[in-house]
Amino acid sequence: MQIGVISLLDGLVYGMLLFMLASGLTLILSMMGVLNFAHASIYMLGAYFAYQISRWVGFWPAFVLAPLLCGATGAAIEVWGLRRVHHNGHIAELLFTFGLVFIIGRAVQMAWGMLPLPYRVPASLDFPLFSVYGENFPAYRAFMLLVSAGMLFTTWLLLKKTRIGLIIQAALTHPGMVSALGHNVPRVFTIVFAGGSLLAGLAGVIAGNYFTTESGMADAMGPIVFVVVIFGGLGSLAGCFIASILMGMVQTFSVAVDWSFADLLSPFGITLAANDLAGEILTIPVSRIGPLVPYVLLIVILLFRPRGLLGTRET
Amino acid sequence: MKRLRSIAIVLFALLGMALWGPTARAADDTIKIGYIDPFSGAFASGGDASLKMFQFIVDYINAKGGALGKKFELVTFDDKLQPAEALIALKSVTDQNLPFVMSCVGSNVGSALIDAVNKHNARNPDNRVLQLNCGQLATELTNEQCSFWHFRFAGSVEMRAVARIKSLPQSVKSVYLLNQDYLFGQSIEKDTKRFLAQYRPDIKIVADEFIPLMQIKDFSPYVTKIKASGADSILTGNYGPDLNLLLKAAVDSGLDIRFDTYLAHVIGAATDMGPSGEGRVTSVLDDHENIPVEEHNADAEEFFKKWRATHDFMFIAVPSVTQFEMMVRAINQAGSTDAVKVAQELEGMEQKDLFGVTSIMRKDDHQLLYPYYEGVFTKDVKYDAEKTGLGWKTEYKTTVADETLPTTCKMKRPSS
Repeated sequence: MQIGVISLLDGLVYGMLLFMLASGLTLILSMMGVLNFAHASIYMLGAYFAYQISRWVGFWPAFVLAPLLCGATGAAIEVWGLRRVHHNGHIAELLFTFGLVFIIGRAVQMAWGMLPLPYRVPASLDFPLFSVYGENFPAYRAFMLLVSAGMLFTTWLLLKKTRIGLIIQAALTHPGMVSALGHNVPRVFTIVFAGGSLLAGLAGVIAGNYFTTESGMADAMGPIVFVVVIFGGLGSLAGCFIASILMGMVQTFSVAVDWSFADLLSPFGITLAANDLAGEILTIPVSRIGPLVPYVLLIVILLFRPRGLLGTRET
Repeated sequence: MKRLRSIAIVLFALLGMALWGPTARAADDTIKIGYIDPFSGAFASGGDASLKMFQFIVDYINAKGGALGKKFELVTFDDKLQPAEALIALKSVTDQNLPFVMSCVGSNVGSALIDAVNKHNARNPDNRVLQLNCGQLATELTNEQCSFWHFRFAGSVEMRAVARIKSLPQSVKSVYLLNQDYLFGQSIEKDTKRFLAQYRPDIKIVADEFIPLMQIKDFSPYVTKIKASGADSILTGNYGPDLNLLLKAAVDSGLDIRFDTYLAHVIGAATDMGPSGEGRVTSVLDDHENIPVEEHNADAEEFFKKWRATHDFMFIAVPSVTQFEMMVRAINQAGSTDAVKVAQELEGMEQKDLFGVTSIMRKDDHQLLYPYYEGVFTKDVKYDAEKTGLGWKTEYKTTVADETLPTTCKMKRPSS
């Protein structure tokens, strides 16, 4: 029970963070068909920008400025990079974003060095909010939850209640038709790319001081975000949301699971020793392979439902 | 347009050749060491830190005259912490006829290199290379995998485990083992349990947990588990984000527990831990910058001051200084850089380290034996680490005799 309540909250926080990252990516992927490898790099840039700006003017200005900078970076990438590469096909766009990963990674290392940065939680938020069974829930985690929920709500509002949102939704599933109707689809693409980058940057700003800010953070976050996007399905933000929360919960709760598959079999009278290959694999406790589970889920969904949970578009 | 393009191609090719030429041609008046480590990617900070420390050491040794009248030179290769890349780098080393290959980061890389060097030296008796291990710590490398061509100048996991266990205060009665799930972490877990049983049978191991390397961002579920276990101390070989995030999660959740670590002193850790580490984190170190102050050693203090004047992180490579001092003597005594001759001089050699303690390169397994310092991360020191205002203070010191552990090595020696 003790593990349950705090783990639920922690899984939620982590899931919402994943959602912030994955939502931008799924929008970009669904609309433009571009798998933006550099998305996690922009997340990293958000953290680094926030660190630098907060050193000059403090955390709260950084909270506003850094995501905007990331959005601008995203727009620049789209206008001067992707748009030129677009007519060479999807593979070319993929390679371009893949190359960006290395460029951004190295640029960050050259500008800020290779060591983790002392980007810390602001003092105004650095206290325990409440306590459950003797374990503190830090206020900053509640802040992260608040920001991600607020961002989710704002995005939903934008997409469902504004004109540009309507066009974006249409372009998500029928970009060709939207263009034929006379809308400036390339500009819509730029807006979506910039918006996705802004979200990624915002995720970086609030996560960078809670989880460490160092040059490996893009590589650490990248893979799990892709899993979420594919699992949730193309063209569906709702699916992305469900997938993020699911992955967040799985990652968090698997730590508490100390039994292995062999233990599941033992009530049936089947005991396994750990000295052959099958035995060794099945006696590993789930907590040891927890982070592997999302990837297993990815394989399962690709086998049985390739369009993802709530995917609306086949690509 | 086409003509312009062909001219451009030719010009670039010439430029490339011009820049390539001087750096690729080996100058004969230096003793070259091929240095393979990760210099890009997620683990670049480790390789970069080691490189800076080694450049400092090489300058120090060259200022004292080098060996056989020649200076040492490092030739770097990036392996991105991948054994496959390291083997490609080794091929470059042997292609360029470099007599020594050195590598510090990643026991998986070290293990792959031992095998490859063995094979290469067996097939190419006229172009043998010696492998200098400056930081790949898995105990197996000088036991099951020991090799005549491999010399380890850094304390193995089991040596550190001895220091780690012997330095635990009597007040610690239960420990939570948490380690990274790869060769090094598993080595730590094995040796920690072995020496707990040997030196502190009164301590109860409440859990023995592995985490995947550098994957976990959110350690709060682990903190919940650790709290539920009621352990007095977290005994962990984690480093990098795996240590810092764990510490942050524990502090944030209000868990008041000791962190008895193996590697909380490596580069970047002090910055990441910051004030949250004060008084609760201990580690076992090869050296730290406050030892000369504690032991009133003015020369060593000067050495560290010179380092601190141009570097922002702590110098933790005193055994590497010993490594180079030994190499100078071995090469001088052998009269050449021939692998067999130098190896025969190196094994069994004794050398005073920077603090005046006699270190021994044991003949049986080619492991350097030297004392360990267990220290606590605290404000109460003269020299801080990474400008955090906090530094390391010695609480316990082992002796060379403590660190002289039995080995299972059955070394095959070359007949020639």
